[in-house]
Amino acid sequence: MAETLLFNALREAIDEEMARDSSVFVLGEDVGHYGGSYKVTRDLHKKYGDLRVLDTPIAENSFTGMAVGAAMTGLRPIIEGMNMGFLLLAFNQIANNAGMLRYTSGGNFKTPMVIRGPGGVGRQLGAEHSQRLEAYFQGVPGLKLVACSTPYNAKGLLKSAIRNDNPVLFFEHVLLYNLKEDLPEEEYLLPLDKAEVVRQGEDVTILTYSRMRHHVMNAVKTLTKEGFDPEVIDLISLKPLDFETIGASIRKTHRVIIVEECMRSGGIGAELTASINDRLFDELDAPVIRLASQDIPTPYNGTLENLTIVQPHQIVEAVQKIVALKV
Amino acid sequence: MVQERTLPVISAASTSVTRDEGLRLYEDMVLGRTFEDKCAEMYYRGKMFGFVHLYNGQEAVSTGVIKSMRSDDYVCGTYREHVHALSAGVPPREIMAELFGKVTGCSKGRGGSMHLFSAEHNLLGGYAFVAEGIPVATGAAFQSKYRKEALGDRTADQVTACFFGDGAANNGQFFECLNMAALWKLPILYVVENNKWAIGMAHERATSQPEIYKKASVFGMHGVEVDGMDVLAVRAVAQEAVARARAGEGPTLIEALTYRFRGHSLADPDELRSKAEKEFWFSRDPIKKLAAHLIEQNLVNQDELKEIDRRIQATIEEAVQFGLDSPEPDPKDLYRYVFAEDE
Repeated sequence: MAETLLFNALREAIDEEMARDSSVFVLGEDVGHYGGSYKVTRDLHKKYGDLRVLDTPIAENSFTGMAVGAAMTGLRPIIEGMNMGFLLLAFNQIANNAGMLRYTSGGNFKTPMVIRGPGGVGRQLGAEHSQRLEAYFQGVPGLKLVACSTPYNAKGLLKSAIRNDNPVLFFEHVLLYNLKEDLPEEEYLLPLDKAEVVRQGEDVTILTYSRMRHHVMNAVKTLTKEGFDPEVIDLISLKPLDFETIGASIRKTHRVIIVEECMRSGGIGAELTASINDRLFDELDAPVIRLASQDIPTPYNGTLENLTIVQPHQIVEAVQKIVALKV
Repeated sequence: MVQERTLPVISAASTSVTRDEGLRLYEDMVLGRTFEDKCAEMYYRGKMFGFVHLYNGQEAVSTGVIKSMRSDDYVCGTYREHVHALSAGVPPREIMAELFGKVTGCSKGRGGSMHLFSAEHNLLGGYAFVAEGIPVATGAAFQSKYRKEALGDRTADQVTACFFGDGAANNGQFFECLNMAALWKLPILYVVENNKWAIGMAHERATSQPEIYKKASVFGMHGVEVDGMDVLAVRAVAQEAVARARAGEGPTLIEALTYRFRGHSLADPDELRSKAEKEFWFSRDPIKKLAAHLIEQNLVNQDELKEIDRRIQATIEEAVQFGLDSPEPDPKDLYRYVFAEDE
């Protein structure tokens, strides 16, 4: 076992996959000589050269479209969004071409590519650098959406994403890059479509992902002292949702709290709530509680920013409330 | 009517053509024209749906460029790409069936007129939004360079031809990709089919520099203008650009001065273009021009050309029948092809 920071876990994943498959390459802003804004690709250009670790001009839509063309003709690009928010500028290429082209071409072409990078609300980065693109992209057919949350799952999921023949949007959180964890020495891959049961429990199912997993686990410390026994599930796959794991948990606890950093309106939680109501309504002993970010541009001011996203105490209160409901 | 641009002069030597080559070019252009005329007929008869953008008048560009390339090179078009697909070798029946929405279509009835694809013929699309094919084509060209230089594959000398219109040449993706292609010396031809109109927006009203080929110079790229109604001229500049790309000497921007003989799409009332302008360009019909040249040079006679016309007409009729007889996609396959695992 080797203690590894999350950004290095991602770097190891890319390094191993580039060594394994010469069609894998990285492109994006400052991924090469600079090593990536969060050092995920540090020094890889020295090992693989400037073509396989391609520093691009600041032209998001065009270099994303280039990756689509390269993927259609047999390469396996990994795009780094210097900040995931910048990829709003590439929305057309991600949605129309990465996402839909396999279908519109009637199966003529595949678009195997990973689009990854830092997102989420950081520390006072302002609205444009604090985005949760998963909400915007979840409606695009053909895309897979995956969010990592620990060094262990970051590495195993990214390796699987690179090997997957579909376009995968791979969400990293700007505040998690320095998480540390002991990782296995031997190679491992994790399935892209499986949720992770982080903690087993009986009282309530808490569905979360990315950084909010850690807020939830903070709340769980308090909750267990108070005698609560929540089950915590990290969704991992934001699209498609793993309803096998989610359903098994809800059939056990009959209560659901969703904790997300996404916007409340039209977010992952909104889709999740609707899907739970569609599939598992009869299992519920209480309405689903949805804890999400406020529907505002993320404010710069630290106090306002904290008010925008969910805090651990709100999770504690939500569990207290939903478990108290008797049927 | 805006003053027409002076046509660029091209040397007679570079446009000389053999009988076989002349016939090949003629046949490809007639195929394009006949196919498109049949599309209009089928559209008005209710066999074809959605937006259909026909290529009539511009055939010399598709034929002149694509027939200067190898079959393993790549072609990327726009929403006006039926004829590029034909020049690239996609069988007419597969395109017609696609336009009829049939499962035998080149995109299995999922794409339609603006989304023609053929992996077998290295046809990369079919792009419905203006300029979005430019980055994709640039990526295919990058792939050739990557295979050659990063993977050491000496056979990876494929060239990509990327077609788009004057409207796209005001879009950021055009400039961004010219920059990257010149920077990395990518093996690509950017072929602007300047047909003077982006639906109802006259080119001169949309751009500060109407001579699009000149925009290459700021990227240190070769830029050339050519008479897009003269297939031999287009072929000459394309051959030079292909050779340059194949040799690893980088991209070329080709501006072909051309004209669409029909409206933007079959839904376009085409009210803004003047009669005088249209008649001027109709008189420059690229198919008639080549036919006259081949006869004048004593390479062919009128009967031989008529025989080609008849043969192509039969091919198109056969394509229509194939499309009509083909089945619709199976409703149970509605979700098929969303993901890569669906073969």
